[in-house]
This record gives sequence, C-alpha cells and structure tokens, in this order.
Amino acid sequence: MQLISLQDLSVSYGGNTVLSNVTFGISPGEIVTIVGPNGSGKSTLLRSVIGAQMPSKGTVNRSPDLRIGYVPQKLHIDPTLPMTVRRFLSLPDRVSNAQATSALEQAGAGQLSNRQMADLSGGQFQRVLLARALLCQPQLLILDEATQGLDQPGSAAFYQKIETLRQTLGCAILMVSHELHVVMAASDRVICLNGHICCEGEPEHVASAPEYRALFGSGTQGALALYRHEHNHSHDHSCGHDHGKDETGGQHSHPAHEAHR
Amino acid sequence: MITLFDSFLIRAALAGTGVAIAAAPLGCFVIWRRMAYFGDATAHASILGVALALGFQVPIFAGVLIIALLMATAVSSLSGRGFAMDTLLGVLAHSSLAFGLVAVSFLQGIRIDLMAYLFGDILAVSRIDLAVIWGGATLVLLLLWARWSALLTATLSPDLAYAAGINPKREQLVLTVALALVVAVAIKVVGVLLISALLLIPAAAARPFAATPERMAAIAASIGALAALVGLQASFVLDTPTGPTIVCAAAVFFALTNLGSAIWKNRLPAVSNDR
Repeated sequence: MQLISLQDLSVSYGGNTVLSNVTFGISPGEIVTIVGPNGSGKSTLLRSVIGAQMPSKGTVNRSPDLRIGYVPQKLHIDPTLPMTVRRFLSLPDRVSNAQATSALEQAGAGQLSNRQMADLSGGQFQRVLLARALLCQPQLLILDEATQGLDQPGSAAFYQKIETLRQTLGCAILMVSHELHVVMAASDRVICLNGHICCEGEPEHVASAPEYRALFGSGTQGALALYRHEHNHSHDHSCGHDHGKDETGGQHSHPAHEAHR
Repeated sequence: MITLFDSFLIRAALAGTGVAIAAAPLGCFVIWRRMAYFGDATAHASILGVALALGFQVPIFAGVLIIALLMATAVSSLSGRGFAMDTLLGVLAHSSLAFGLVAVSFLQGIRIDLMAYLFGDILAVSRIDLAVIWGGATLVLLLLWARWSALLTATLSPDLAYAAGINPKREQLVLTVALALVVAVAIKVVGVLLISALLLIPAAAARPFAATPERMAAIAASIGALAALVGLQASFVLDTPTGPTIVCAAAVFFALTNLGSAIWKNRLPAVSNDR
C-alpha cells in the first residue's frame, strides 16, 4: 500500500500549465528526491501532495489518516507575532515538554526551547522546523529545499541528520532539492522534473540518463549541473572541489567534505 | 427596581470593556496577518448596513452584521484577481461608505444622528445594547478559543496548515466572521471610524511584553479594557467625546509600552522589539 499516489496530475495557473501528467507514488520508508530546474514545478508538486494545491486534472490519493511532517522551504514569521520555539512545537497540536525536548534533540536543536523564533539563525530555524515536523510521528516527511540559506557544511549535516532519522523513525521521505550532489546519493529514487517527469529511477540511473543530462549538463555531471542550476540564486556553490563522484556513489555514501556538528 | 446597570456610566464602562476584551485578541490576528485595513473596510461598509437597517426597519445590529459579513466575504473572494489587496480594500471601503452616506439621505421621515455612528455614542448604551455587546463579545471569544490553534497555524503558514489537515481558507472565514461580529457590536461604542483603533492599538501595545501569542492576546485584552475605563473617566472629567478619548487612552498605552520597552532594552525606540 503506497502512502501517497498521484495519478496523471496536472496543475495550471491561469492557463499556464505548470505540471502535466505526473504519476508517481511513495511507499513506506522510501526516500524520494525530486530534482529539476527553477520553475520546473517542484514546489507545486509538493504543494499538491500536502493538499495545498488543487489539481486541474488527475487525482492525489493519500492513505487514510496519513501523518505528514512538512518542512517548508522558508517560513516567514511576522515580527509582530511573538513565538518561542517551545510554543511553535505545539502547533497545531499540543505536545508535552518531554516530547518537545526529545524532538528538538532528534533534530539537533536542543537548548533552543525558550528562544524566540525570530532570533534563530538560519540553520537553527530549519532544525526547529524539522523538530516540529517530527512531532506528529510522520509516516511521510516532506522537505522542500529545506537547506536553502544554509552553507554547504550546514546542509550536508542537515541531510545526514535526515538519513539518521529515516533509520530510527522508519518514515518515508519526499524531498526537493537542487543540491544534487548531497541529496541524490542518499535517495532510493530520484525523479527528474521539468513540468513533467523527464526520467526517474535510482540515483545512478538518473544521473546518467540523457534527459537528466539535457537538463543539467553532462560531463562533470553534478558539479556543472549544480552550477548552472544555481545561477539565478544568490548561493555560492562554486566552491572548487569536484562533486561529480558523489552522485554516482552508493546509496548511503556521503560527500567527503561534510562537516560534522 | 433600580440596579447598578441603571447608571449610564456603569453601562458605558461595561460596554467599553466588553468590546475591548473581544476586539484585542482578534486585533492580534489582524496585526499578525497584516490585514489592518480589512478591519477598516468592514467598519466603513457598516454605515451602509445602518442605512439599510433603518430603511428596511430591521435591527441596526442585524443590518450592520449582514453588510459587514458581505463585505468581508467580498474582499476574501475578490483578492488575488488582478488587483492588489490594498487597492481592493480602498475601493470597497470608500465606495461602501459613500453608498451608505447617500443611502442615509434617501431615508425620509427618519432622522438619524450620523455622528453617533461615525464616532459612537457609548453614553447612550442601553441594557439591550449591553446584552448584544456582551453576547457578541462572548461569541467572538468562544470562536477564537475553539479555533485558536488552527488559526495560529494558518496564520504562520497556509502550507503548514494544509500539511496538518487544516484548511486555511476556513480559518480565514472564521476570522472574517469574528471581525464582522466585533464591528457590529462595537459600532455603538467607538463608531465606524475608530473600530480599527480598538482592534489594533491594544494589540500593538501588548507586543513588546509578550513572548507567546497567547500572552500577547491576554495583555492586549487587559490594555484594551484599561483604555476603555481610563478613556471613559477622562472623557467624563474633561468633557470630551467618549469614543475618541478611549482611543486616545489606548494610543497613550501604546506609546508608553513601546517607549518603556525601548528604554528597558537600552536601545533606540522601535515600533516593535523584533530582529
């Protein structure tokens, strides 16, 4: 039984088709990564999965009582809204102090409980978002470019955390990222998206697929893909070392330059 | 039988505190969601409600409530269709106010004191008005209490709400209904032009001292109630119009709390103590 399955999903905004005929599903315990250029409909796809976006065609089937832990790309908390980390964890359902503490520890954000959300650094904020997502004991954890704004060691550490969590919690993970070199290695399945599913399969398969190369460049594979992919973002990923090997590595290998917190 | 409620000052005090206590927590959401002008628009539209109520001879409360609800749903459903929210609110607010004022002039044989609706007439509050105000205030507070967590989640992020199985559009509707209710009960107390003030100022005054949303709502309600009492007393002593005096009192609280917190934190004064 799949946790969630999309059948022939199409989404359009005012005559503009963003996604067309997307069909895929996620099984329990699976790590699925969606990669694709900007504007390829990645976020729209995730929003369809959580039910925030109505499909213009096709269906989204969730298994009954599916618990989704959602870590958004970015969460802007209005400065007029006072919010401690502890209070935030109790949204929307109240959790005990013990639960809150253990979720924070799991997410690597212990000691932050009494801080104001607005005062957290980018990395702390993402870990608190993750802690909150863990509190509903999710069967499916959804991460939307969860490491945006983190530096490379920070995001590498974040994804390492995610993989440990998958092992301890056994939840399925659906994530979107353009940090291909970090993410693809940890995935069971990669979906390459550009308005429709260009190709999908195991990371090795996708990385060598012609459709993927057409989108992200070939030759240097990941490194070039990453660079091209990022050019209208302010992040700096042109850090000089070779990411090419990482993507084609085994399923649970990590990039060598990962920093440990 | 003569009771305490027979004193117009006591009734005014009860009316003022009732409205303030309901308006303040709702005002917090209005601030957090940056929909300050939404309150204004709903309030201005209510003049049309007054005119229609008088024309069709239904209770003013009902007329105002219906128009305020219509206005709020119109704004919600029209938003995101080609016009920016502020444009839309400006068009709807001012045109409904204008239509309201024109409609009032058509009412023949009925002499209405427009000023009383624009600026409120808290000293003329009757026992029935009092019952309506406290009934409405209780309803608003119950509504907010029942939906608090969902409202807060939807306010933080609609997507976060969706993922948790909460429909943010429904929560928006809850807020809209609550807003219409507050406007309808507050029109008598502070009038159409100053309702937004009672929503926003106590909440803004409470911000510097609040660490959580709940505390902000509670502090805002206390400040609002206090402002109502202080304003009432001041208007009695100084012989000033009561509604505006209450708003002045709230504004003074706002200045004091924000100045106080700025001095307390030993830095330049800021509107709110963030970032």
